[in-house]
Order: sequence, then C-alpha cells, then structure tokens
Amino acid sequence: MKQLKGQSGQERVGVYVCHCGSNIAGVVDVQQVAEWAAERLERRGVVIARDYRFMCSSLGQELIEKDIKELGLTRIVVAACSPHLHEQTFRIACQRAGLNPYLCELVSIREQNSWVHEDKNAATEKAKAIVSGGVERVLWHEPLEPLHVPIHPATLVVGGGIAGIQAALEIADAGFPVYLVEREPSIGGHMAQFDKTFPTLDCAACILTPRMVSVGTHPHITMLTWSEVTDVQGYVGNFTVTVRKKARYIKTDLCTGCGICQEKCPKKVLDEDFEAGLGYRKAIYTPFPQAVPKYPVIDGSNCTYFQKGTCRACEKFCPTGAIDFEQQDELLTLQVGNIILATGFDLLDARRIAQYGYGRLANVFTSLEFERLSNAAGPTDGNIVLRDGVTTPRTVGIIHCAGSRDRNFNNYCSAICCMQSLKFAHLVKERTGATVYNFYIDIRTPAKAYDEFYQRVLEEGTIFVRGRVAEVTDAARLPGEENRLIIQVEDTLAGLQRRIPVDMVILSVSLQPRWDAKEVAKRFGISCSSDGWIIEKHPKLDPIATMTEGVFAVGCAQGPKDIPSSVAQGAAAAARVLARIQQQEIALEPVRASVEESRCSGCRICNNLCPFNAILFHEDRMVSEINAALCQGCGTCVAACPAGAISGTVFSNEQILSQIEGLLLLNQSEPTQAEMVTA
Amino acid sequence: MPKYILYPGCSLHRMARPYLDSTLALCELLGIELEEVQDWNCCGATEYIAVHHLASYALVGRNLALAAQKVDDTHTVVAACSACYLNLAKTDSYMRQDARLNQQVNEALAAGGLQYIPGSVRVRHLLDVIVNDVGLEHVASSVVRSLKGLRVAPYYGCMIARPDRENRWDNVEHPVAMDRLLKTLGAEVIDFPLKTHCCGGHMTQINLSVAYELIRRLIHGADQYRADVISTLCPICQLNLDAYQGEVNRHFHTSYEMPVLYFTQLMGLAFGLEPETLGIGKEFVAAGPALSHIGVEAVINEGAHATTAVRAGSRKKEKEGLPMPRMPIHEEKSP
Repeated sequence: MKQLKGQSGQERVGVYVCHCGSNIAGVVDVQQVAEWAAERLERRGVVIARDYRFMCSSLGQELIEKDIKELGLTRIVVAACSPHLHEQTFRIACQRAGLNPYLCELVSIREQNSWVHEDKNAATEKAKAIVSGGVERVLWHEPLEPLHVPIHPATLVVGGGIAGIQAALEIADAGFPVYLVEREPSIGGHMAQFDKTFPTLDCAACILTPRMVSVGTHPHITMLTWSEVTDVQGYVGNFTVTVRKKARYIKTDLCTGCGICQEKCPKKVLDEDFEAGLGYRKAIYTPFPQAVPKYPVIDGSNCTYFQKGTCRACEKFCPTGAIDFEQQDELLTLQVGNIILATGFDLLDARRIAQYGYGRLANVFTSLEFERLSNAAGPTDGNIVLRDGVTTPRTVGIIHCAGSRDRNFNNYCSAICCMQSLKFAHLVKERTGATVYNFYIDIRTPAKAYDEFYQRVLEEGTIFVRGRVAEVTDAARLPGEENRLIIQVEDTLAGLQRRIPVDMVILSVSLQPRWDAKEVAKRFGISCSSDGWIIEKHPKLDPIATMTEGVFAVGCAQGPKDIPSSVAQGAAAAARVLARIQQQEIALEPVRASVEESRCSGCRICNNLCPFNAILFHEDRMVSEINAALCQGCGTCVAACPAGAISGTVFSNEQILSQIEGLLLLNQSEPTQAEMVTA
Repeated sequence: MPKYILYPGCSLHRMARPYLDSTLALCELLGIELEEVQDWNCCGATEYIAVHHLASYALVGRNLALAAQKVDDTHTVVAACSACYLNLAKTDSYMRQDARLNQQVNEALAAGGLQYIPGSVRVRHLLDVIVNDVGLEHVASSVVRSLKGLRVAPYYGCMIARPDRENRWDNVEHPVAMDRLLKTLGAEVIDFPLKTHCCGGHMTQINLSVAYELIRRLIHGADQYRADVISTLCPICQLNLDAYQGEVNRHFHTSYEMPVLYFTQLMGLAFGLEPETLGIGKEFVAAGPALSHIGVEAVINEGAHATTAVRAGSRKKEKEGLPMPRMPIHEEKSP
C-alpha cells in the first residue's frame, strides 16, 4: 500500500457537511456523516466536523471562518454541491479568515450522491467515503498564488450580425479599440434580410441600419468584412489573431460606392445568401443597398473576367478607377485581449425533410425565403406571391417546428419559430387577405409582449391547427384539391385527420449551428455541444463566457435566440470585456499543469490532445512546455503523458492517489506506517 | 460472378411468378448468380407477428439460419418481396439487439439442428443490390431498348425504406433509388408523391372498403400524373393495385386502366428480353397498350379471363362490407 501522508499530527482539518436544505439531508444522514468524520478521521487530522443547513449562506461561511481562527485550522473540507457551483465561495471564505484559498477542498455529495441515490443507508456510507477521500486529498494541497497577466485593451468581435454589432459598439463607445471581423461582404447578418421584427413589427432595416452605419464610422472600430479568422494563438489578455482578408478587387480608398459597376456588370448570379435563392445579384456586388461598408466585392468564381479572361466592364465604367483585378488575399495579425464570438446560425436544409416537399413542390417556401418575399426591398418588392412570381395566394399554410423538436433532424426547440410564424401569419393576412393556417405542436411565446402578439394574430382570424404535419403533397385525392398543395395533418384538438388544401406553404425551418461551427470552435479553443452549439461556461450563471478565459460567445452561435436576447448577450459580453480591460490585468486560477523537462521524451502525444492549445513544443530541446496562462488545468495531458512527466497543481498524482485511498477507506482499516510512527 | 442467396418467399413461387421469372432472367444477363435458400419456409408475412411474437421470429430465424449456411463472399441474402425483406431484416436486427430473443430463437432452431448468429448474413432488397452493387452504369450499358416515351410512376410501398435499420436508403420518406434506376432505362419518371403510401397490404382480407380507398388513391395519383404504368417492387403492392383495380373501379364508378408491372419486368424489357420471358401478359390490367409506346408488340393477356372471374366473384362480397363514402367526412371547408 502506498504510504499515507504522515502529516496527521501537523495539519488541522475542519470538515463541514452541508444539508443543502433537503437536497442532501433528505437522502444522506448528514449528522451521522459529520460525527463519523470527527471520530474516525481524527487520526487523519480532523479536529472538527460539523453539519449545517446551508454551508454556502453567510452564516455557514462565518462558521468556517470562525473555526479557522479559533481552532487554528490549516485545511478545510466542505462536503456539499459540485465544485462548479460553490468552490469559489468557500475558497473566498478561507481567504477572509487568512487561510490560503487553495487549502480548501469541496467534495460533492449532492450531484453524485443524494440526487442520484434512493437507498439512504448506502448514500450515507458513500458520503462518508467521499468525505474521507476529500480529507486525504486536502492534506496534499499546497498554498498557491494566482497568476497575474496584463490585458491588451483591444477586442476581437467575430461576426457582424446584430449580436456582434451590439458588442462592438458598446466596447468602442467606452473608448477601447475593436476589430469586427465578418465573413460576408457586409455586416448586418440575418437581421438585414428581414422585413419586420416581432412582436412590435418594427422595420428591421430601420432599426438595424443606423447601428451598421455607427459601426462603419466609429473611430474605435476597425471593420474587416470579407475576412475570416484563420488562426488564434495566446491566452486571455494576449491573443494573437491571424485574419485572412479576402481580395475584394476594389481599391476601397478610391471607391465611392456609386454602384455603376453593379449596373454595368453583365453577369447575373443567383443570390443564395442574402436573397435566399429568390433573387439575383451581379458578379460584382454589394449584398443590399444599405450594405456597410458600401464597397462591392467581385465574386471571382462567377466573374467573366476571372473565368474567361475578358470583360472588365466594371473597370471600364468605374469613374474613379477603383477596380483592381490584381489584388491578393492579405493576412493580418492582430493583438487583442479578449474575443467575442457572434458567428450566428444556418438554417437546416429543408430538402432533407422530404415529406414537406421543399425543393420538389414549387410553392413550398422556407422561412428565410418568405422573409425576402415579404421584404419591400426584396425580389418581389414585398409582394407575397407564388413561385410563378405573379399569383397571390388565397390560402397559406405555415408549418412550425420544421426540423425542430424532431429526433430525425434537430431535437431542440428553435425558439424563434413560433413568433416568426405568427409574424408571417400577420404579414400574409395584412398584405394578401389570404386565409392563413398555422400548424403547431405548442405555441411558445414566453418573452415580453410575445403572447399579446399571439392574441392579436388569433383575433385577426388566423386559423391554428394543433398537430405535427405528416405530409405536404400535390397528390389530389378529393375534389377541390386539384392543383393545390394539400397539408395532411392530425388535428390533435379535434381528434381527426385533416387534409387542408392551400396555395402556399411556409416552413419555419429549424435553426442549426453554422456548417463550420465545430472547426471554428476548435480554432478558438472552445467546445461545442453534440448539437454543435458553443457551450457556455455555465448555462444559468455564466451564459456568455466559455470555458476558455477571454473568449465569449453570444447570440445564435451558442443556441437559437431572438433579436432581443442576442442584443442583450452582445451587450453583456461587452460589459464583461470592459470590466476586464479596466482592471488592466487578470488573476488566473493557479490550477495548471507543468512539464518536468528532464522526464519529457518529446513524444508530443500531449501536444494535440490539449483542448486549449496550451502546449508548446521546443524543437531545439525536444521537450514540450505548457503555457501557464493558457492552461485551464483540465488534466488531459497529465493523464496522457506516457512518461509521467506532466503533473497538475491540485491534480498531482499524490493528491489523486490519496483521494482514492481515502474513498476506499484504506485510512480506516489498518494502522498506517505514519500512525505507527506517531504511536 | 458475384453470388447472392435468394430468399424468394411464397409469393414469388405463386402469384408473383412474373417477378421471379423476370428477376432470374435479368440477373443472368447482368452476371449475378442467385442461389435459392434450400428448404425455406414462409416469412410470416405481416400477420404472424401479430399472432405470436416468438414463433414468428423463430420462423424467420430458420430462413436466416439456412441462408447463413450458404453465404460466401457477399454474405448477402436477397429478398425481392418487401414483406420478406422487412421480416428477415427485422428479425436479424432484433436478435442482435435482444440477447434474450436471440437465445430463445436459437433454442427453437436447435430443435431442428440449426443455429443462427445474428449479423452473419446481410439482408438486402433486390432493388438495393441492383442499384448499389450492380450499379447504374452497368445497368445503362445493358440497355438495348430504351424505355423512352414510357411514363412510369415509381411505387415503393411502405415496407421497403421504413424503418431503415442499416441506412440502406437515400431517404426514408421519399426514396429515389428506383427513380434513378428507371431513368437509367430511359423511362420518363414522374415525381410520384404517393410513392411510399400504403397499398392496403392485407387489408383486402379484413376491410374491403378501406382497402379500396387506399388502392384508389394510388391509382388516381398515378393517373393524375399521366403515368402509363406503375412500377412496383413488392408482390402485395402489385396484387392490390392490379388484381383489385377492377373492383375499385366498380366501387367508385371510375374507369382506371393503370397497368402495374414489377421494376424487373421493365428492366428486362429495356435489356431486350422477350415480354413472355418476363411474365408480361399475366397481369390483370393489360400492360400491352402502354408498352406499345416503346414499340413492344402487343402481348396476349392470359389473365383476362381470370380478371372477369375474380371480379364476378367479388361483387357478392362487396355487398357485405360498408361502402367507402365518396368524400371523407372530415373534409376541410375551403374558405
């Protein structure tokens, strides 16, 4: 048996068992656990063991502080909830009492015990083992000091949709520099494609374009459109970011944005991005008239000059000589202290939902297509018409949850579809007077003034049918169905199957992560859920940070969201970043791994495993080194190192092995060598 | 020459004889060796599973065990009938997932000196083998008489693509494997919206009026799309749409004459085989007029007499069942 740490005479350990109301005490006999620890772990250094109703309350914390001072405790074990929740709370309490905060150990008897067990006796025994493990482990803890790193005052915002715009403006307004990187030729994101916004029916362009202009003219914002981040190095406070600025083939210092080039360009291209495939643009284009910046881009894959070597019409007609076919992609290197990701969402490819016929049946539209159709600046000037471009529909069916809440596609609720569908219903009614059916599973209108909007749409006479649509078909079965789309649905309120002939179907298609979301997350050293959305640091208490310090995620990049929530998140991330910048430096958790160079064989196994890109390889010395500021202390490399050359503070081999011995109650069964020595 | 084990099932040896004949003829031409499972028994069709679970799996398990004795490099047992395919695939899949069922089935098999290790054969449908193993390029190179000018409604029925346990089909709701195959033969393939709707299965034995309506929808749909012929891949689908078409016409006062052929018969024609070899002429609704579009000589329809006989016989039976209403009662009122 490995020798137990023979410091029982030196360290004075306090054990605190939390009831968490009935969360723990309802299953675990907490009093028995405390008594057991006081009695049976005494020889391991436990001088006091208490149970208390809420350890995290100020009274609970004061109890610990008082004991530290009065009993001279040198180590603290709190048996309560997961360290994710309250580790910080108890560390700070220790610090207040003059004890190094890293000499406190929080062991979970709630998430991994009382919440998952029903057998009270067994749960109590398990709690004892967990406490015993904590005591053995804490004996090996060492006082640690946090790492202080300076914060670079510039911020990188990735994605120029409404969330990114909000974040950029808030930070720039406070007087700090922002780089806003956008993949498309213009900022604005999906919101720029919309006509109206729910529930107030504000014109999307009217509220968005002033913001876009502010971004474009802001002295503290460097806007990099038609650009992508290709590499990220460094750590919180000191990121080095590489941005590829794609060749625009426009000299932006000469271009006035007059638009003559777009007029003269002979090459018409189907616009599958901004116009969602319903409209056309030219090979040289700005996606929409209010685009920011105003400069167009030349789409090389469609440009006649790039494809065939002749044309150059834009160059001939440009009054300022701003066209430059020789431009090359540029790589820019930026220094920033913080990063905000606002990379947005894609729509599910509606063609995958074969039973709804999108792509086969002409008059089935996606939600984004309908946004363009209803937009006054869209391909039909806001006329809601069928695919033939002229016929106004007399009956329209709107299908909610197309691909959402469906295990065949996306399990989750896309959050915006109910309100979006209600908005569509209103617009169709208002502009065409058509009969509108909404096919829904549940109506979800939880935010401010949302349900009132639902009531309004109900009163306008939209018909609501509760049931998931089985099929959209053009196979007429009954008189009156010929040449129409028939929606086959089980009306679960009426309890019958219905076939409803309509002229137009709109699918409220599921939102999903960007096609390259996982790749992007890896580039920034953060993780995605299995769905592909970026994972926030804490779903409730830290919804905009990520597990990587200094990288924030806002808006739809981390899950489906409406405009108000995206804006709120953008602003919240900005506030966090500003607070950081104003502190000028940041204290990092000293929970870190380090490489003992003499034992490192240079095998590089750890290099690619690190999820935070924190491991550096020195080619000259053939050893790996861990960047302490970048390391998040996850322990992956420690476990993977075949030479045992990597150890982690707070996760040393001694700490883990002692904890296991404690869990197995090996400290109980026989007198240890240490005890024999003291005896 | 790739070798597959053929599980023909009862239908192919009796009423769906044209399916078997055309399959054998075209496989010979394509260079596929088919060896029939020796001493096979009924797959239980759609009914037996509702009567006795374990016995129905044991019944299919026996066929799998016999097939497993025969497999060589392809490890594949091929079924042409959708019900046979579904039952074989389902049993193999359940035995893999459920250790207890596996044990029970094998105990039953042991009584006959047999054993089946689930997963030891791959169960595939003939269409899947032709489209994915033979490949459309090879099919195209064998076409000598293009089906150009023939409008075909590809009809898959409900049992082939769903549930898709092995990810064999392009799309479970709207498969296109047969569409692509028929296009390769030169046919004009309609985007048949009812391609995976139910033909009624054995509903004809339980509730005629329900079955009539299900059949009517399909024939009406194909007719609406001006199809010359429906292409099927399942004996029950073929039987229902073809043999009951006369009764459906009488029931609904319609006059459809929509021939229903197996996709293998259409392939055989495109490969230049004689209609007689392919069993064409045995169908109730004569395919001759439709096939004249592609220059196939009129075929004498052997089944003509039988059709009248069946139709005459069934008229009595019809009076016993409630007639299907002309219009469904829950029709949505058009605004």
